[in-house]
Amino acid sequence: MSGFRVKQPGLLTLIQDHGRFGAFNLGLTNGGPLDSLAFDWANRLLGNDINASCLEVSFGGLCIESKVETSIVITGAKMPCKINGVEINQWQTRAVSQGDTIELGYATDGTRAYLAVAGGFNISPSFGSSATVVREKIGGLNGDKLQVDDHLPCLPSAIAQHYFLGDADRPQYGESAILRLVLGYQHTAFDPTQQWRFFNSEYRVSDRCDRMGYRLEGEAVHSGMTGMLSEGICHGAVQIPADGQPIVLMNDRQTIGGYPKIGSVIPLDTAKLAQLSPGATIQFESISPEYAHNLYWLEKSRFERTQPVKC
Amino acid sequence: MKIEIAGQDALIVYFADATSASVSVRIQLAVGNIRSQMPDIIIDLVPSYASLLIIFDINQCDLFEAKSRLSKALTNLDTGESQAGELIVLPVYYDLECGPDLPVIAERGKISVDQVIEIHQQQEYRVYAIGFAPGFAYLGEVDERIAAPRLATPRMKVPRGAVAIADRQTAVYPAPSPGGWNLIGLCPTRMFDPEKQPSMPVQVGDRIQFKAIDREEFISLGGEL
Repeated sequence: MSGFRVKQPGLLTLIQDHGRFGAFNLGLTNGGPLDSLAFDWANRLLGNDINASCLEVSFGGLCIESKVETSIVITGAKMPCKINGVEINQWQTRAVSQGDTIELGYATDGTRAYLAVAGGFNISPSFGSSATVVREKIGGLNGDKLQVDDHLPCLPSAIAQHYFLGDADRPQYGESAILRLVLGYQHTAFDPTQQWRFFNSEYRVSDRCDRMGYRLEGEAVHSGMTGMLSEGICHGAVQIPADGQPIVLMNDRQTIGGYPKIGSVIPLDTAKLAQLSPGATIQFESISPEYAHNLYWLEKSRFERTQPVKC
Repeated sequence: MKIEIAGQDALIVYFADATSASVSVRIQLAVGNIRSQMPDIIIDLVPSYASLLIIFDINQCDLFEAKSRLSKALTNLDTGESQAGELIVLPVYYDLECGPDLPVIAERGKISVDQVIEIHQQQEYRVYAIGFAPGFAYLGEVDERIAAPRLATPRMKVPRGAVAIADRQTAVYPAPSPGGWNLIGLCPTRMFDPEKQPSMPVQVGDRIQFKAIDREEFISLGGEL
């Protein structure tokens, strides 16, 4: 099948669709885009199926060569993007021809960019999803991140109308975030003083952050628990081990674990966290589950109302 | 039994403070009820030792509805017909060659290496949970005489098929990985094979029995040393 050839894979480029759901019984985690808003925009700008497979380009450094006539778009983190050496705008669909070279430099705002192609990359699903989880060796191409000379299959496509997302509608990533969290799990094991400390301290993103979890550094918070039985961990859960430093668990987390958790960060905000670099500052804010649901629906409706602009 | 919020689209049910076979049976019954009574809103379930995590579809219902339907699905668990899990026999090549921690366990329990091997095979284990890695089944509970804490320094690489003990749990490593459990042998049966259907020979609630095999048999069953 036609497609793209990987000339340089970059630091960490992964094939992702929305993620793998319904395979926890085998111990398989979700995977999927860390920033699903940027991922959704990439597919929407091209008129793709919302679950079409894209590339999640972490930190940058990707270079691919087109072997097909199609269109692409790059959303998410700001990275200098070029086609045949000529700078192109992100959040804007572009036609590419056979022989074109697409380059993504290193991120200057945010860390995760999404490169989508019209119709999506054609990757056979594994346990219902193309999402790559390197730790599990599942999904993508042979369960691994992109390698030099990998072939990314996709069909040719001719798009008559190109679109871009207006400046005001594009997310800004910056160097700080407020993470809204729904109290849950063992939150009662953290006494009021500990909870006050957790919600009123500033944390920094440590350099130990990856698709499994983001370790934060700051005021230590302690639960009164000495040991607990392993239990299921949901997306965004904030685990606090004995050293008192919180870990926000992300898409590639282990499905079960035995550390106390104070609650879970809403997915809207784990997406912001995933765009931050080590040293960025974090504050937690407690919200009710009703408010979390409200925010979910408001964001969904904002996404649907926002109209891309014709080029 | 207690239902707690886990996240905006997740609830967790705590069945007890400690694990036991009867708790695990109730969790299995709950899984069955939930799957049959609320399939329209369930995305995934994670049964574990004494809890059950439920991920529901936030596009289909809110926390109130999920919680009220969950409460209904959790009634009458004690009167439900408990299904005995399937019995699966896993062959194990127990030897110092591939079970470097056998002597340590023997010394701890003040028994011989042969007795450790004997005791490990004496009972049926229950699959309490699957997680940590694809195909990793937590089996319990091992006899106290062969229980052993995790290694202070985990090994960088534990081979696929390693049969191991940590505290009163035992497991077979489904793939090569770092690991801190005590190694006592090797099992030639693949615990996770993404190419196969089903991809795992066991599921939560099943019963496992280990059976000693010799080196030759281990190799003939596809084992690698």
